[in-house]
Amino acid sequence: MEATAQATTLEGSVWGGGNKPMGASYGKIMMWYFILSDALTFSGFLAAYGFSRYKSIESWPIADEVFTHFPFLHGVAAPMYYVALMTFILIFSSVTMVLAVDAGHQMKKNKVAIYMFLTIIGGLIFVGSQAWEWKNFIKGEHGAIETKGGQILQFVNAKTGKQISLTDFAAASHTERAQHTKNNGLWFVSEGTLPTFTVADVQKSYANRSDILIRTQEIIPNLTKLKESPREKDRLEAERLQTQLVNPDAFGHKAIYKREFSDQRIQSGVAVVEGANLIHNEYGNRLFADFFFFITGFHGFHVFSGVVINIIIFFNVILGTYERRGHYEMVEKVGLYWHFVDLVWVFVFTFFYLV
Amino acid sequence: MSHETAHQSHVKRIWMVFAILTVVTIVEVAFGIIKPRFLVENFFIGMKILNWIFIILTLYKAHYIAWAFMHLEDETPGYRWSIVTPLLILVPFLLFILLLEGDYVHDVYRYGFMKMDF
Repeated sequence: MEATAQATTLEGSVWGGGNKPMGASYGKIMMWYFILSDALTFSGFLAAYGFSRYKSIESWPIADEVFTHFPFLHGVAAPMYYVALMTFILIFSSVTMVLAVDAGHQMKKNKVAIYMFLTIIGGLIFVGSQAWEWKNFIKGEHGAIETKGGQILQFVNAKTGKQISLTDFAAASHTERAQHTKNNGLWFVSEGTLPTFTVADVQKSYANRSDILIRTQEIIPNLTKLKESPREKDRLEAERLQTQLVNPDAFGHKAIYKREFSDQRIQSGVAVVEGANLIHNEYGNRLFADFFFFITGFHGFHVFSGVVINIIIFFNVILGTYERRGHYEMVEKVGLYWHFVDLVWVFVFTFFYLV
Repeated sequence: MSHETAHQSHVKRIWMVFAILTVVTIVEVAFGIIKPRFLVENFFIGMKILNWIFIILTLYKAHYIAWAFMHLEDETPGYRWSIVTPLLILVPFLLFILLLEGDYVHDVYRYGFMKMDF
């Protein structure tokens, strides 16, 4: 009681603490510095992603080939369209948020409420879309073979060069091996879902079909440059690619091996991979899946908490809390957080889907 | 917090910025799908020109979000730069170290070992 009374008497007195440093309230300044620290956290994640990507620059999955789904268009390859739409939705929810802040400055309660509501809807659509992307990524599309060296071998049609699924050509043999569950075995041991096929099944079906070739996770380098390289190893590599690949000149695409070399490759298979998780990834380099889950997951968590905070503020607006308080600065502060989430997505979008 | 007239013009600016962000995103996606051969095959400081374009366009978008949507342009310069400067210094620094190191590790794997895939 005493403190409040004192504060009011000091209002306006510059040397008595009544002056707001930098013309902004304490809450707003702290929100900005929180955002600054959070931005550095995300920068750290993305820089780590950049490190791993530079490290495995020749085997990184091509995003266009990984994210090809669009809702209700099953089987149609639509690279990036859905992510672009998600980005658009998030940017639009940022616009409704800033409109809510603007309406708040003019003390228009109903307008603030409507714009906040639209922002929440946009946020929910975005989180839902992200969950759907995860589902597709985890489920996988075609399936692949993992080799002893941790390489991923995918299967392509020799004529069209298009990837084909394991289910298109492999026949599962009868097996006695059942998935171990806790209620029919050791209660403290669990086992993940068994793949549909065994490695031997795939190898056998592959041998029966002469029109299938193996595609690896290697990205084909610029062959002319490689031949002129001063390093002997580069020149040998260029020679190897030229003798073994069907498409040595397809710069920037994944390497497809001639049939005889495909035969050699498939012999080193040790596991069938369907979909992606933190250990295996049918799309190629495993680190790609790890970073995808970690960074988009962390961002998705931010969006989710942003939606929750927005809902709380939305109800406060409806109840007239800020009308009575005399200003809508709280909306502005949540708005900052929401825009930050959008800002991070702009970068995640660039580095995961475009670059 | 300032007077009414200043805010009337804000709405117009918000839609303007929204239009810019949308157009830039569409351009990015178009580049990402077409991938012009010239931009993919030529490098500038160890990175494809296409990737430079993406990064510059992203920073352009980020600038608009921070300046217009987050109202950094309305804050006092000292406040504004106390937020932006640490990022401008620390992030490029971190990227410089990690990307250079990643490239080095790549070279060690590629040229330092007899074989990488067993």
